[in-house]
Amino acid sequence: MTNGETSDLNQKFVQLEAEARQAASSLGTPEAVENFRLDWLGRKQGKLKHLSDAWLKSAPAEQKREIGQRFNALKATVESLLETALCAGPSDAALAAEALDVTLPGTRRLTGAEHPITRTANELISIFASLGYSVGIGPEVETDYYNFESMNFPPGHPARDTQDTLVIANQERKPLRDRLLLRTHTSPVQMRTMEQQPPPIRIVIPGKVHRNDAADATHSPVFHQIEGLCVDTNITFSDLKGTLDYAMKALFGSSVKTRFFPSFFPFTEPSADVQISCIFCSGKGCRRCKHSGWIELLGCGMVDPAVFAFAAERQPAYDPKKISGFAFGMGIERIAMMKYGISEIGQFYSGDMRFLEQFA
Amino acid sequence: MKVLTTWLRQYLPSLEVSDAQLAEDLTLRGIAVEGVFDLGADNGSLFEMDITTNRVDAMNHYGVAREAATIYGLKLAPLSFALPAAKSAAQPFSVEIEARDACGRFTARVLRDVKIGTSAGEIARYFQLLEQKQISSAVDATNFAWLAMGQPTHAFDLDKIEGGIIIRRARKSEKLKTLDGIERTLDPEDLIVADHAKPLALAGVMGGWDTMITPETKNVLVEAAWFDQVAVRRTARRHGLHTDASHRFERGADFNAGPLANNLVSSLILASGGHIEGDLVDVIVPEIAARTANRKPIALALSEVHRLLGVTVDPEGISAEIVANYLTALGCKLTTQAHASPLSDQWQVTLPSWRLDLEREIDLIEEVARVYGYNRFANTLPSFAGSVVPLPHATAEASLRTALLAAGLHEAISSTFTSAEDAALTAPQPAQLVPLGNPLSAEAGIMRPSLVPGMLAMIAGNLHRDTGDIRLFEIGAVFSGSTERVEQHPALSIGLTGSLGQSGPSHAPRAYDFYDLKGIVEQLISRFKAKSVYFDSFPAESGLTPPWLHPYRAARVVVEGLTAGWFGELHPREATARKIKEKVLVGELWLDRLYALSLAKPQVRELSKFQPVRRDFSLFVPGQVHWSQIDAALGSLSAPELASWQPREIRREGASSAEYSLLLGVTFQALDRTLRDEELQSLSQSVVEAVSSLGARLRS
Repeated sequence: MTNGETSDLNQKFVQLEAEARQAASSLGTPEAVENFRLDWLGRKQGKLKHLSDAWLKSAPAEQKREIGQRFNALKATVESLLETALCAGPSDAALAAEALDVTLPGTRRLTGAEHPITRTANELISIFASLGYSVGIGPEVETDYYNFESMNFPPGHPARDTQDTLVIANQERKPLRDRLLLRTHTSPVQMRTMEQQPPPIRIVIPGKVHRNDAADATHSPVFHQIEGLCVDTNITFSDLKGTLDYAMKALFGSSVKTRFFPSFFPFTEPSADVQISCIFCSGKGCRRCKHSGWIELLGCGMVDPAVFAFAAERQPAYDPKKISGFAFGMGIERIAMMKYGISEIGQFYSGDMRFLEQFA
Repeated sequence: MKVLTTWLRQYLPSLEVSDAQLAEDLTLRGIAVEGVFDLGADNGSLFEMDITTNRVDAMNHYGVAREAATIYGLKLAPLSFALPAAKSAAQPFSVEIEARDACGRFTARVLRDVKIGTSAGEIARYFQLLEQKQISSAVDATNFAWLAMGQPTHAFDLDKIEGGIIIRRARKSEKLKTLDGIERTLDPEDLIVADHAKPLALAGVMGGWDTMITPETKNVLVEAAWFDQVAVRRTARRHGLHTDASHRFERGADFNAGPLANNLVSSLILASGGHIEGDLVDVIVPEIAARTANRKPIALALSEVHRLLGVTVDPEGISAEIVANYLTALGCKLTTQAHASPLSDQWQVTLPSWRLDLEREIDLIEEVARVYGYNRFANTLPSFAGSVVPLPHATAEASLRTALLAAGLHEAISSTFTSAEDAALTAPQPAQLVPLGNPLSAEAGIMRPSLVPGMLAMIAGNLHRDTGDIRLFEIGAVFSGSTERVEQHPALSIGLTGSLGQSGPSHAPRAYDFYDLKGIVEQLISRFKAKSVYFDSFPAESGLTPPWLHPYRAARVVVEGLTAGWFGELHPREATARKIKEKVLVGELWLDRLYALSLAKPQVRELSKFQPVRRDFSLFVPGQVHWSQIDAALGSLSAPELASWQPREIRREGASSAEYSLLLGVTFQALDRTLRDEELQSLSQSVVEAVSSLGARLRS
């Protein structure tokens, strides 16, 4: 090999290196990188393999060392170019080709919604839990004794007329107090709780109740109540007021006011209806509160001594001269309707997906 | 009930507040004025009242006036009605109370030579403002007395009465044509006013047709009586009647009002002519007087008032003077022990005859609180030293609900009642149905034995509203037993149809199938710590699969040896019956079977630091071999390096094909080392041997 040939070879190596650099500079996609690798470093068709076969192996012994060094330097350069290309990742142009329309809607894993009745009941339960109230429940099918008699609705009392009762068939032969009916309120659980445990008691009772009512926008034969009972020494009417005022503020916001009216329930005395300042107009008067600024929301009162007397048959500690208590009850549907702007009570029981999914 | 403020003010000459203020003050004290309507110049206002049933005494003008007098501390004008002198009678009119348990007092007055005409003057004016129909001067007089004092009275045509009056029970098959024109057959328990020959009126409910006042009536007998609550209630109910009179008597009338009301009615009738004959006949049953007008006084202590009512906003609170003033104004008479001062803090309280609702000390305390004003009490919170006790299954129910919501299902609530057909279809024990005695409708005659009918109704409802993707669950009570003893158990139903709860432009929707529902059931059950859980199914002819389920696409889930529920595809027959064309998945779990278990607590296993090796086995499996058998065969290898296995893909021509292909994915991993090739080979071999024992073979 002549000097001329050597310098020719030198030039070839310089040229090849320039070629490799040139090729590596425009590697935008993973495919191009792979092609570059095959083109240069491929075991069968790669340019370096070709170079090694053509020049290195056939080089005269005295030049082998120099050519070998140059060859290795070129190989290192190519490998480093490949490494750089692999680390750099795809070019902006290549990325542009993968562009998405980000304004298309996202794929949603739909989650289920708690029923608004459950949601409202749980909200009330946690408000009262913060005041020390546990949760109690009772059967939906009750005896006349628990639903009426022990709640101080004596047989033949006109107040029974106000709660049109659904009854279980074939009860006529039984004594009145044992007859089975669908509870018309959650109040029987008051008596069931007092029979089970002596005072003090702080309990809220959520549950389903039934009345023989024709269905309309605000009435349903099935509905839910939440009842509360607090019994201890020295429980007063002002405690009842304070408790419900706190609960209504917790439920509807601290600006809500409450006011109490005399009312009548057989199982409480004194009895009261509670109104809250209208949450829609802040008490200014609107269509929802019939322009009064107030919305009637619940009934309550001091536990009637007659109710304690029934409880004392099993638990003598319910001596109305020594203890006192209050009870309250409210319709969960009514509160949920107010909170969520529901106008038809029937929607709660329709299972209509369009209605329910709004609570997700 | 309607009340005229001009009429009220007649009894309250010193009342100065406006009608609007009066309405508000009454309302805040439990005498609710629902509406105030201005009647124009000099006519005052009309109050639309809503008075609770225990306060019948206030359902009249004088009663409302008494409340106002109490609130404002004003003097209430006494009721008195001047009557002309009577001409003497040959003998007193005969009145006999035979039913001494049910008629406590009967007053009767004979008026002769009266002129029945049209009412004028005050009656005509008030009636017009109240939109009360005028009938005749005699009937208007009784209505006026009713509106003024709340005492029902009655005017008979005296000449139609034979002999005297007897208040008695009816005799079997006696007949009476009442004022509404209906001929009624009386019941032996009906309380009636009769003469010596025939029934004249349903006592306290409605007068009789034959003794009605007519324009020709010359002589009148005026009745004002006291009838027992229960007797009137029963009589009225038996005849399907509810009148002003029965309303009052049922809730307890004023025992002492009879003579006064009789005077009022008589004076009004006599205003257009006629005279009184004889004295007022007033027959009293002392036993009933003793439990009404002459009740024993009850004790009231100021300390009890304070113990029960608590703190007032005004620091002076409720004084003995306040208590005494309120109760006296309401008609009570307060006496103290001989040596005590009139403003002592212990009283003996004599109750007014018109307030039969007052019976106990607490009733008087309520009156004090009511008149004082509920909103003048402070808002206080009682102290509490106990703790909040969790409800036994609340955590379990909340855990189930969380899992269901996470699975994308919405919670629903359906009807408690179902039809006889659906009850028979879905009851786990069809012989234990509980029917209602007075159902809302024939389709709602049975207490639901299952949540499935309600779920199917909700699914059908959604489909009929064109909502095709449905994911619902309900947690509620189901009922079984008998009409003697009703049992209530918690249950859960699930209903799915349409596509999975996922949407987006880059994912094709996928329809719910059996395994989606099974997955939800598995996840729910995994919330509990159960020693054993398995799923099985039965051939159709066994009759074990509930009839609402597709017999070959339904499974039973058994937890610790007890059936915990059923689920699967809705039987196509039931789908058609409900006009459902879509494939519906439905299931029910009996939650008390789950609530008997404790909730699963996470228990962490050791994680391997060494690489797992995944191998897929492509198998041909004999058609009758179920996955549970393959699963059990692999499980029985008890090789700790066999970390997990699952079916990756199944290809099957049909349920009856002799063979199907299964791609079984297995993961090998050891806790303490990287598995060597020889080990992997031997593990793979044991997998192949395990499935071969079931007749499966490797695809060559």
